[in-house]
Amino acid sequence: MSASTAVEAIVESEYEHGFITEIESDTFLPGLDEGVVRAISARKGEPEFLLEYRLKAFRHWQTLATPKWAHVYYPEIDYQAISYFSAPKSTDGPKSLDEIDPALRETYNKLGIPIEEQMALSGIAVDAVFDSVSVATTFRTKLAEAGVIFCAISEAVHDYPDLIKQHLGSVVPHTDNFYAALNAAVFSDGTFVYVPKGVRCPMELSTYFRINARNTGQFERTLIVAEAGSHVSYLEGCTAPMRDENQLHAAVVELIAMDDAEIKYSTVQNWYPGDAQGRGGIYNFVTKRGDCRGARSKISWTQVETGSAITWKYPSCLLRGDDSVGEFYSVAVTKGRQQADTGTKMIHLGRNTRSTIVSKGISAGEGQQTYRGLVRIAAKAQGARNHTQCDSLLIGDRCGAHTFPYIEVKNPSAQMEHEATTSKISDDQLFYCRSRGLTTEDSVSMIVNGFCKQVFNQLPMEFAVEAQKLLSISLEGAVG
Amino acid sequence: MLSIKGLKANVGDKEILKGLDLEIGRGEVHAIMGPNGSGKSTLAHVLSGREGYTVTGGSVTFEGQDLLDLEPEARAHLGLFLAFQYPVELPGVNNTYFLKAALNAIRKARGEPELDAVSFLRLMKEKLKVLHLDDSLLKRPVNFGFSGGEKKRNEIFQMAILEPKLAILDETDSGLDIDALRIVADGVNALRSPERSVILVTHYQRLLDYIQPDYVHVLAKGQIIRSGGKELALELEDKGYGWLGAEEAA
Repeated sequence: MSASTAVEAIVESEYEHGFITEIESDTFLPGLDEGVVRAISARKGEPEFLLEYRLKAFRHWQTLATPKWAHVYYPEIDYQAISYFSAPKSTDGPKSLDEIDPALRETYNKLGIPIEEQMALSGIAVDAVFDSVSVATTFRTKLAEAGVIFCAISEAVHDYPDLIKQHLGSVVPHTDNFYAALNAAVFSDGTFVYVPKGVRCPMELSTYFRINARNTGQFERTLIVAEAGSHVSYLEGCTAPMRDENQLHAAVVELIAMDDAEIKYSTVQNWYPGDAQGRGGIYNFVTKRGDCRGARSKISWTQVETGSAITWKYPSCLLRGDDSVGEFYSVAVTKGRQQADTGTKMIHLGRNTRSTIVSKGISAGEGQQTYRGLVRIAAKAQGARNHTQCDSLLIGDRCGAHTFPYIEVKNPSAQMEHEATTSKISDDQLFYCRSRGLTTEDSVSMIVNGFCKQVFNQLPMEFAVEAQKLLSISLEGAVG
Repeated sequence: MLSIKGLKANVGDKEILKGLDLEIGRGEVHAIMGPNGSGKSTLAHVLSGREGYTVTGGSVTFEGQDLLDLEPEARAHLGLFLAFQYPVELPGVNNTYFLKAALNAIRKARGEPELDAVSFLRLMKEKLKVLHLDDSLLKRPVNFGFSGGEKKRNEIFQMAILEPKLAILDETDSGLDIDALRIVADGVNALRSPERSVILVTHYQRLLDYIQPDYVHVLAKGQIIRSGGKELALELEDKGYGWLGAEEAA
């Protein structure tokens, strides 16, 4: 541990301007330099290799400029004005529910969320202990019996350093993009899942059941490894709107599927979109990528995105193994002043690889939404196939939908299909529903849910029901 | 149960209904016939509350209430039903789910308990039997990819489930071949009851061979210019609308 002590020595010297520990909030002072990166690593007692990794990423990040190509507009982010470490027990949050945006509270009540949980979601310190802790314990026992590892990535760094060393950054390298580099340098915490060879994970894994899942911070890191012949389904997020003091979120998710392995990754994202003027909403700049490393492996992304002020997100699949399959099913809603630039990348490298993209974008109010998708068929990807379906639904006349499909085919045997539609909820459809006795809001919700059905069908059952409810609530009042 | 007095309505700047009077009693079946452009569909739409029509005069009372004051869904809650000339497709919305939501919205508005899934399925089975329909339409999205005949049958099925007090059938016979027409007409006949009134809006006498109306009205230039029994329809079939001076200048 001499190396680690040496690191701490360096960190000590930076303490004065690096961060403060005296006060109870235990948060670093704003600003980012090598000292801060070292301090984060030291705080977490990380092994040398991880510190090296963070530093390499940080140095690379310094050479990069913020990407400007996305169809989203927001004031320049001052990365020196952000604090990069906050210990779990922050007391900066609101003290009671009275301090919470009333609109947010109304949504909680409509979703039927218990008061204690409402408080936790809004970042209020609560004494009440959730059932989830005990649930999580039974959960862990069952997983351990199956040999599945499911823990915080900071724990995994200590308990399974070899697995982390081998896989971290192997799908999304720190050089991948601006936000991925930043995440690699300063990632706070996240989730690690490892499913051994031939194991079918006995239950849906959900962050909700992971102890310490709260306060994973703004730079979340997720790594899921599915060994040959294994199967895992992972649920991320929560239908309840999450309030967070951190405006910038730059997460990285890496999935690795070996021969015949299957990973299903479902997300419901409903972060605070800001108030009616778009103030205070979350910026969500995420890099998600799955590597179908083995033959006949399969990775499936399903996402329902209704929150955040700005979303920049392209869950992708690298189809390296022969006969591997990539899927992307997405529903994204932008309303109010929300902006989303989202889509996927399907990179076909292996033979007879197949991919399916179903993207459903809904814009209401002044929401602006962009689908950006890349399908690349490499020269060696004999017999590759892709089907893309990209539908946009507009509600009202002040919103926008934009589609940027990129298709690169370097093998003549490829089969590509691309369908795209843009539609409005027609007056005829609304009148038809209303003439049958449904209110305007119920009619809109029914039509929109019908529009999204293909995607909802991909979600695990109880998640699908919640997602439908969430969508209806999100679009309340969207049609006047 | 329905009383229309001096009804005037515009589409844009154009006056389509020019002082229309009509009284419909409980359990009666009225056919409204007339040449193209006479205002038949406008009447159906104004009664059901569709946007795009401006009522400029007259009154409509339904079950003692001022119908024109109500939102379309409130009219449905009161017991009004419009079978569309062109039923609208709702992609991805399951037909059964749609009907259950509609029926329960109506029941709720009337202060009746909502039907659970089991009771609703029982009701559907019963109505399918009455109408001699199979259940193939029910698993599909509402009208989505339906043939013309299937769409019209689906309208009649909806009517059977929602059990309106007054059903307006807007050119339900249009675009149907003779077999489909017979199925639809049989359905309407099966739903006739002393408690249910029907307005058949139609261009042709053909539908009236299968559904016998109690009264026939001729609508021309936005007014009812002749009313009579079912024999009036036969006379029209024979002589055309010109005989009544009803032909639009065209």
